[in-house]
Amino acid sequence: MSCELWVEKLKASTNSRASSPSINLMLNPNLKLNPKIFNSDVEQVPIRKGFGQGLVAAGEADQNVVALCADLTESTQMIFFKEKFSDRFIEIGVAEQNLVTVASGMAAMGKVPFCSSYAMFSPGRNWEQIRTTIAYNDRKVVIVGSHAGISVGADGGTHQALEDIALMRVMPNMEVISPCDVIEAKRATIALAKSGKPAYLRLAREKTPIITTEETPFSIGKSEIYFMPDMGLAQVGIIATGGLLYRAIMAAKELEAEGIKTKVMNLASIKPIDTEAILNLAKETKALVTVEEHQVSGGMGSAVAEVLAKNFPVPVEFIGVQDKFGQSGTPDELIEHYGMGKKSIVEAVKKVLKRKI
Amino acid sequence: MAFLSDTKIKELEIKANDIRKSIIEMLLSAGSGHTAGPLGMTDVFTLLYFHILKHDPKNPSWEERDRLVLSNGHICPVYYATMAYAGYFPVEELKTLRKFGTRLQGHPHREYMPWLETSSGPLGAGLSQAVGMALADRIDKKDNGRFIYCIMSDGELDEGNSWEAIMLAGKNKLRNLVAIVDRNNIQIDGFTENIMPLEPLTDKWRAFGWHVIEVGGHDFRALNEAVVEAQAIYEKPTVIIAHTIPGRGVHEFERDYKWHGKSPNKEEAKLALDELRTLGGKIKSEHQ
Repeated sequence: MSCELWVEKLKASTNSRASSPSINLMLNPNLKLNPKIFNSDVEQVPIRKGFGQGLVAAGEADQNVVALCADLTESTQMIFFKEKFSDRFIEIGVAEQNLVTVASGMAAMGKVPFCSSYAMFSPGRNWEQIRTTIAYNDRKVVIVGSHAGISVGADGGTHQALEDIALMRVMPNMEVISPCDVIEAKRATIALAKSGKPAYLRLAREKTPIITTEETPFSIGKSEIYFMPDMGLAQVGIIATGGLLYRAIMAAKELEAEGIKTKVMNLASIKPIDTEAILNLAKETKALVTVEEHQVSGGMGSAVAEVLAKNFPVPVEFIGVQDKFGQSGTPDELIEHYGMGKKSIVEAVKKVLKRKI
Repeated sequence: MAFLSDTKIKELEIKANDIRKSIIEMLLSAGSGHTAGPLGMTDVFTLLYFHILKHDPKNPSWEERDRLVLSNGHICPVYYATMAYAGYFPVEELKTLRKFGTRLQGHPHREYMPWLETSSGPLGAGLSQAVGMALADRIDKKDNGRFIYCIMSDGELDEGNSWEAIMLAGKNKLRNLVAIVDRNNIQIDGFTENIMPLEPLTDKWRAFGWHVIEVGGHDFRALNEAVVEAQAIYEKPTVIIAHTIPGRGVHEFERDYKWHGKSPNKEEAKLALDELRTLGGKIKSEHQ
């Protein structure tokens, strides 16, 4: 199904009566989230598709937008830009070091380059080139790492980037954005084309339930509470990034049924990070769980912990890969095996509740 | 500015000698840095900044300027000294090289000196940035009057990234791209052909779709003709392989790879400056 089609379908469904109104009341009403999120037939689309659509929109809005790809034009979804703006597309071949350094040179001439590959290769292979020629130079280049995380699945551990958030967020000048679904990925792409800063956009391969709508606010550096108790304060805050946000919301729903009140925040903008929103959640709940498809060291959870340690320390449980490499399997098998599924999130919430001071 | 008169050559020789003296003085003041490469590339830089480049030191961000990318950032003493003599900043500032708070960072950094086209130091990444610039020019249909020059070392041709760039430039027939390789045959650990042989170097570039010119790197007339030839080639990018003598101008430093990565001490600097002031003993030094 094309992007336009499912967006239309989604708009239609927004107008129809939601299937479970009591639960939907727990979605933040200000954010106009997908009311079908709790349905078993919720629409699922790969996050990377939103990048493909967003890049075409960015290319239409600004003729300086150019795209570079390292022999993965179709799977990174750059193909739509290539078909529409062939004179502004550069095929680099399997050469990720060249991919980002050529992009830096184009940015020096006023272009707005997006360069895509798999996250394992870019920024996995070309980190120093990104640091010196893009971040150190403060050149506006967007590095798009597709197929990030364990959910790459069958390709196995060599292709599962679990360190990329850490690699990119330590770099001065670099923004790091990890959208939760296809629509947010599209919004993020359009926003990054206008941002004026070097940036890393993290995308996933697998189909992911649609959480947001075209009306959901998105801005770099801002994070929102997506799920909240229907009344009263939350006992635990869950902060999730990327495709695992859906599982975090499902865990929160289950916890609610057990009488444990939680709030779930979507932290798509890992850098710049929304310190105020994180502290508000920490002050309300005094216990947090972070959820990401990434090594627990150095990633989004670490970024949250840095904010907390400096301002308002509370106990934190970290959901993510625990210092291990991945392996072949289906995305669901791998997410469960490495302790990032709904059950693990529920357990982490209960564990952090016991640690509350 | 293709034609190079005898008078102009004399001017360039004097300029190059001044730049070499400044290189020695700034390295002595810094107490660290690279000596051989900057001295070896002084004639190339002098010709570029005082005869070839379309640029305006009083308006460094002039949009129509030629672009010069320095890939091997460690030879920045010659880059800084030439730019100072060209009028980008005061010559006195050269003595701040590598000191805290300086604009003249140990390796070039755009944040401190915004008119540099890029920051560099880690090797093998300059040519691909120049390729990106030439690709942008082609999209904007500006690849007929403006040139993108990339100065690179022979040692950095060990880097895979260099060959990725060479391949992409050949594929795209980037006519306004000119690479200038400092073929001085040395790198930190020794002679290039012992560390990692590059020969047959011209065949390699040719095989990747480049027009190749070999030239003596201290002959202003030959260098100028090479650049003019490069500008005349319409269907390919051009590489000028400039055979240079590392440490050129100071007999003691010449051809010795040990001078790749170190700076002269007081006595060595005095020896070097004496030789440069007397043009190798041809004239009497004003300080003797």
